[in-house]
Amino acid sequence: MEEKDILILAIESSCDETAAAVVRNGREVLSNVIASQIALHTQFGGVVPEIASRKHMEQINQVIAGALKEAGVSLSDITAIGVTYGPGLVGALLVGVAEAKAIAYAAKKPLIGVHHIEGHVAANFITNYPGCGSDGISEKVSGVSGNPSVQPKLEPPFVCLIVSGGHTHLVIVKDYGEFEIIGRTRDDAAGEAFDKVARAVGLGYPGGPKVDRAAREGNPHAIEFPRAKVEGAPYDFSFSGLKSAVLNYINRAKMAGEAICVPDLAASFQNAVVEALVSRAVLAAKEYGYDKLAIAGGVASNQALRAAMAKACKENSLCFYYPAPVLCTDNAAMIGAAAYYEYQKGTRHGWDLNAVPNLKLGER
Amino acid sequence: MKILGIESSSMVASVALVTEGITMAEYTVNFKKTHSQTLLPMVDEMMRMLGFELSEVDAIAVSGGPGSFTGLRIGSATAKGLGLALDKPLIHVPTLDAMAYGLFGASSLVCPMMDARRNQVYTGLYRCESQLEVLAPSCSADIRKWAEFLNGRGETVLLLGDGVPVHQAFLREQLKVPCRFVPVHLNRQRAASVAALGAVYLAEGKTETAMEHRPDYLKKAQAERELEEARRQGKVKELAAGHSVGTGEAY
Repeated sequence: MEEKDILILAIESSCDETAAAVVRNGREVLSNVIASQIALHTQFGGVVPEIASRKHMEQINQVIAGALKEAGVSLSDITAIGVTYGPGLVGALLVGVAEAKAIAYAAKKPLIGVHHIEGHVAANFITNYPGCGSDGISEKVSGVSGNPSVQPKLEPPFVCLIVSGGHTHLVIVKDYGEFEIIGRTRDDAAGEAFDKVARAVGLGYPGGPKVDRAAREGNPHAIEFPRAKVEGAPYDFSFSGLKSAVLNYINRAKMAGEAICVPDLAASFQNAVVEALVSRAVLAAKEYGYDKLAIAGGVASNQALRAAMAKACKENSLCFYYPAPVLCTDNAAMIGAAAYYEYQKGTRHGWDLNAVPNLKLGER
Repeated sequence: MKILGIESSSMVASVALVTEGITMAEYTVNFKKTHSQTLLPMVDEMMRMLGFELSEVDAIAVSGGPGSFTGLRIGSATAKGLGLALDKPLIHVPTLDAMAYGLFGASSLVCPMMDARRNQVYTGLYRCESQLEVLAPSCSADIRKWAEFLNGRGETVLLLGDGVPVHQAFLREQLKVPCRFVPVHLNRQRAASVAALGAVYLAEGKTETAMEHRPDYLKKAQAERELEEARRQGKVKELAAGHSVGTGEAY
């Protein structure tokens, strides 16, 4: 460990993953431990907040100890503690926040509260993970760990499309931790639409990966679903109309006694979502004059979205950045990356840091 | 031996540092601010007042439930984080046991009760004249059934806890045994009681690691209870479809 290295121990518990990671200098992941609760919540058809909170309590020390061990460091080597304090489920957030504060206090380390979505964006700064990378102007690189220098470093400013179960935002990342929101969803988040459609056709929870998988066998042009535009807001999204159209299609087919081809339906629905996301993101980059476009959030691991984004960026001479799939869904490595830049800016939180379930993007 | 006591199972936030024979400091707040905002600043304030390093603490005693689910988790996660960072053991002290221990020396029965809503209380029954004796361990009980149970004991009972004001009129009417309502300076949770009872457990070797510790909620989550009920009635599918995903990032 170099003397000047900044090591962040990061903790994330905003929803249904208990996660801890050690990140060096904001870009290099030394460990990334995730205890997923998905199997536990599947029987309920979605995340049950109280159960999620209880599970975090049971896992959190193991996950943190695991992250330190995997990184080969002890708490005394750590420079600062980063923790997600919002947005998310309040009971779930509180476990990570209380734990992180106690560790930081007892170990006499600075505490840095991190916005969960800013963490998702920061996943793009991590360069030593298999599956991350950039496409477009520069050569495609595999980004395989061990040769991180090949990977062109993403630095602000750039445009970022944030898509997850709770968020659909188009933002300009002006500097580290500095965001301008230029588009957002008017109703459902993209990931929410995936979940609802998956449930309607019996694919189950979590919907995103299941629709993605089913769609690979389907024809994306089999069914023409509507593409909604928001009048006067070219960068805003709307997915409720699309969701309703899919549900109506299913109901109509059921009434008529026709069989539904799930792969075709999944592919057509996904195609409509992806088209809405890609067209606005590319338009934003061009209109605002940025040559770098990144994606973030759980839906950023969607293969169709990654492929369509890569193609569109290439056609429009934009450099496309995307995190490794495991860094798209909730994890603590991304919180460590975001916390590093907050640390450099001098952000420090007190022992009274609270969980803020509806924390707004860019809010401090 | 220095024991840090943490209590956040109800509206009360309380921390204390107890050594052999002395409560060196106790800091208790029963006000609106959330435990997330109060608990650790209170520990910090107390340690600075004493001029002690937290690393001098030998064990962390935490009020382990029952109580407010969120309150318990804030206290437990704080204790787990301190235990992890300091590599010190935790002592799980049942909340109601610590409340009863606070009335050490009382010749009557001691009945702490916490409001668990819908006419339910978290309660237990203790004798604490010369040592803590658990007559009925922590449970979640219907207030009517619990009053009958107390009547059946046929002895004077001391009542304390935030369940008392909620059910005071009912208890006055229904209790046939003599009852006393404990006055304000003794009628809520206190971290010094948690630490003091923790010291007894520590001497008996009853500790746990920070990793092992988890609160004892006494109740399953509502969704779990509903699922079990639905399974009993063979209605699992309907229930699964009824739940929605929260602000999930797992999309």
